Amino acid sequence: MGITLAWQEPARFEGLTVKDYISVGMKEKNPALIEESLCHVLLEPKDYLERKADKTLSGGERKRIELAAVFAMKPKLAILDEPDSGIDILALDNIVKIINELKKQGTTVLLITHREEVSEIADKTSLMCTGFIVKEGRSKEVSKYFKEKCAPCLTKVFPSELDNWTQGAK
Amino acid sequence: MQDYKLMLDAYETAGGSPSIFKDSNIAHLIVHKNKVIGTNLVKGLVLEPKEIPSGVDIILIVEKGIKIENLVHLCFGVLPEEGIQEINIKARIEDGAGVKLLAHCVFPNAVKVVHKMQADIEIGDDAYYEYNEVHFHGETGGIEVIPKARIKIGKNSHVVANFSLLHGRVGVFDLNYESEVMDNSTLDMTAKIYGYGNDRIKIREAGYLKGRTSRGLIKSRVAVKGNAQSEVISELIATAPDARGHVDCVEIIQGSAQAKAVPIVNVTNEFAKVTHEAAIGRVDKKQVETLMARGLEEEKAIDLVVSGLLR
Repeated sequence: MGITLAWQEPARFEGLTVKDYISVGMKEKNPALIEESLCHVLLEPKDYLERKADKTLSGGERKRIELAAVFAMKPKLAILDEPDSGIDILALDNIVKIINELKKQGTTVLLITHREEVSEIADKTSLMCTGFIVKEGRSKEVSKYFKEKCAPCLTKVFPSELDNWTQGAK
Repeated sequence: MQDYKLMLDAYETAGGSPSIFKDSNIAHLIVHKNKVIGTNLVKGLVLEPKEIPSGVDIILIVEKGIKIENLVHLCFGVLPEEGIQEINIKARIEDGAGVKLLAHCVFPNAVKVVHKMQADIEIGDDAYYEYNEVHFHGETGGIEVIPKARIKIGKNSHVVANFSLLHGRVGVFDLNYESEVMDNSTLDMTAKIYGYGNDRIKIREAGYLKGRTSRGLIKSRVAVKGNAQSEVISELIATAPDARGHVDCVEIIQGSAQAKAVPIVNVTNEFAKVTHEAAIGRVDKKQVETLMARGLEEEKAIDLVVSGLLR
């Protein structure tokens, strides 16, 4: 199918090495590509290839390995659920870079994020509220909309009220 | 001669490398049923097997201050469909000595085979002892494996005991290891077993942390499917100040299999601490879904999770 999903909190695997884990989704188990994918997320291959993908990894390390695995898989569509959460500020740029690399290699990325600076890499951005898309467009337009309309909103908006609310917002 | 060749073939199938038996720098002992069919010694290692009607008595001594450089290889097996093999080991690792052993136990054709091991092991002070036992069984399940060990560990010493039975049917399995750990010494015991069919697995591993700052880790990883059943009793008793221990048991069940875990932690000194964790259940759904998102079919994803756990 060529569709994959990277969870916000990826599972950990006792006994599987990082190398094993990354290679699961690869059609051809190319060691050079495994190393390249780790480098993209700023993880030194010699330090990580034989490490266990288990609870000894920090949350940030595990998330970066998840992205590396997605990169190595070369899927047609990758759904990334908050790949930037729990990532330190120094590594954040690389998360953005690897998402761009995914785009370059032909992968469509559906990115879920709370960070404005990460959403800026998207070709198209949708703003969601309580399960509904309330604004679509370029990232900057959506951010502007959010700042003007959503951020000041102190009222919990429920889906049943959303039609009226969004019409009012326009 | 025929038995020797067949044992080596079985040993190779079990993952061993027969070439090590030709290396004079590597100590080894090969026992088929109650016959010693191969042996090699190295300096500082005493390895005296004596054939008895039902098996072999073995004396193993590593002399004071000697550290055996290469892994010592043991190979025990019963190749016919029926038979009994009792291995009685008396081992002494003297002060300052160190040795690592790898025992392959091969029963590829067992229909009615009993393999018993009774080991009494004394570890001196400042010593190191590692014992790895790997079993290779056939697919009939007609085997009974009963390993028992008592290990006494002196001061400032380190002991590792790993047991794995991951190839072929377990049959009936009843492991019972006990160890006493004295001052500043560590005990690290791990058992990994994969049961299926009507296999019956019973594991009891116990550590008595009797010495000040002694350490103990008892770890079990068991996967059962079909109608297999397992029971794991992991016991750590800490009676000395600053003793620390941890019990870690994970059992995965599939199909109609049943599993039971009994962690026993007993602390009688206010400065000692023992912790435990035990988990029994199906293969974690999130792990399986994660692997499926990478393109694996569900069955293969489950196999990978289980094989990782038992690795």
